[in-house]
Amino acid sequence: MSWLNAVVQGVLLGGFFAISALGLSIVFGVMRIVNLAHGALMILAAYGSVLLIERTGLGTWSSLLVVVPVMAALGYLLQRLVLQRAVSISELAPLMVTFGISIMIPNALVELFTSDVQALPTGNLATRSVSAGGIAVGLLPLLTFGIAVVLIAGLQLFLARARSGRLMRAAADDSQALRLMGVDNRVVYAQATAIAFATLALAGVLFGVRQGGVAPFDGQVTVLLAFETVIIGGLGSLWGTLVGGIVLGVTQTLGGEFSPEVPLLVGNLMFLAVLAFRPNGILGRETRA
Amino acid sequence: MTTTTQPQTTAGSVRVDRDRGRAMLAVGLALVALVALAAAPYFIGPGITTDWGNLFYLVTLASMWNLLAGYAGMLSVGQQGFIGLGAYGVFVFNDRGVNPYLSAVIAAAVVAAIAFPVSYLAFRLRGGYFAIGTWVIAEVMRQIIVRFESLGAGKGRTISAYTEDPILRKAYTYWLALGVMAVALAAGYALLRSRTGLALQSIRDNEPAAGAVGIRVSRVKRLVFIASAAGCAAAGAVICIRSLGVAQPNEIFGVGYSAIMIFAVVIGGIGTIEGPVVGAVVYYLLDKYFGQSGVWYFVGLGLVAILVTLFLPKGIWGELASRWHLSLLPVGYRTRSTPHPTGWLTARDHRP
Repeated sequence: MSWLNAVVQGVLLGGFFAISALGLSIVFGVMRIVNLAHGALMILAAYGSVLLIERTGLGTWSSLLVVVPVMAALGYLLQRLVLQRAVSISELAPLMVTFGISIMIPNALVELFTSDVQALPTGNLATRSVSAGGIAVGLLPLLTFGIAVVLIAGLQLFLARARSGRLMRAAADDSQALRLMGVDNRVVYAQATAIAFATLALAGVLFGVRQGGVAPFDGQVTVLLAFETVIIGGLGSLWGTLVGGIVLGVTQTLGGEFSPEVPLLVGNLMFLAVLAFRPNGILGRETRA
Repeated sequence: MTTTTQPQTTAGSVRVDRDRGRAMLAVGLALVALVALAAAPYFIGPGITTDWGNLFYLVTLASMWNLLAGYAGMLSVGQQGFIGLGAYGVFVFNDRGVNPYLSAVIAAAVVAAIAFPVSYLAFRLRGGYFAIGTWVIAEVMRQIIVRFESLGAGKGRTISAYTEDPILRKAYTYWLALGVMAVALAAGYALLRSRTGLALQSIRDNEPAAGAVGIRVSRVKRLVFIASAAGCAAAGAVICIRSLGVAQPNEIFGVGYSAIMIFAVVIGGIGTIEGPVVGAVVYYLLDKYFGQSGVWYFVGLGLVAILVTLFLPKGIWGELASRWHLSLLPVGYRTRSTPHPTGWLTARDHRP
């Protein structure tokens, strides 16, 4: 029964991985930029919640109403003012810029908040669980998984139907043709980045809630997990990130059955195995990263 | 229709100029500097030479990262994996009775052998995904190393057998750091002036085109990946020996080393031999005078790296070089047509 339990917990963990990977997937899919600061930005968003809870008395969930739009706006500005310029310089420039950001954020957070873990209280949500068939499932992981499914379905619908979603796909395919049609591709890029930042803000706060709090350098772990999720699932597929998240989550929880010290290592090895044997990911198309 | 054969560089033909004279002069000067630096422990106190050792491994690391990103277009944020393996390699061979300095050399060779299969995994990914892929590989290396009780598990450990006399030990360590840097720079320069160097630069500028003209792209990139891994491992071994051990596996395997390498190369000038050296000196001085000012220092480093990337993409050396046409260590090729005896500039065949 403990194996079955581990699988169920792993699937739910995969929901969290999928949410944290969405932003990375969108930024790469639309702009071909790999955002090395993804994890650090998630943690920045979680610290935004911490600050709001401390200063204004908002709850963790209501703080999302502020943190998500603020991060989206930050993403819009970052793309317009910094990344757009970097892309025009060289292929390496956006990587260097986002890596620079990923070094600045945690160190600034240490200076402002110390390196101690900052708590993100959620009442008793983190400890409540529902049980079915002898397996106890935490309410929070269940909720996270639900959010992942709704978010991915919503984004798919947006990209398929909404005008700005269709423009994003067009910009990803051929930004010059889009400009000939009279659409400013830089605005489209900035909108896509804003959406990506909104999802990573949500992911960052969820991460803090899951862990009971955040510490400045947590982003170094979350960026790797998000990246592994994208690659395992396959580039260019949002549902793929959910599959990738589930594979990674189940691998980790099964690894945890052997020893509590190895889940991250086993997950990393799983990622390397996918690279070696299925380099396009599980649902990936025949395109190389 | 008879065409006479003629010697290759007679009048009217095209000559390839590789700036041989200037290169020899610069190499000669570098050798003089090397001899002077090697003699330094006899004249200067160990406090200062130990400090210079710090600069030497920074130059080594920056040059190795530049070789990858600046010449082969591979942006790695996982070189700390090889740095860590090099440092831990010292323990492995030192425990078997080898002195730490020779252990460092063996460790670098072993890490080069490890880098060979690793390259097959890493090369599945390109661009930014290659960057994070190497980061994951470095994490895996750390997670495996800390599972060995004999290597101190997660707590780090000290070198078991080292030179007792502190003066002698510091001199040996200094020479090791200097030797590693000299070999790294010399090997890097020799590689770039060779045929492989030309292949590398064409890969960096346009990978599909390089493949189309017959360059074996993966093979050349793999060679650079392995060379860079060996250099980083040697630098890691130097770092380990300098502090007689590893205090924190998280630090020697930390992404902070990638930050330092990227900073030095970007500031100095990516894609030049001289740039990383300039950048490493800049980082060394900044670290020496501002390193104590807490973590704002790192925030500043990140910010400076971003600003330089955006507004001074050639870096300090690159800007100076292009303004005054400077090049101490030329690696390029220039074609020069030699004048025709009658004064014409022509490359046409002569007929009898």
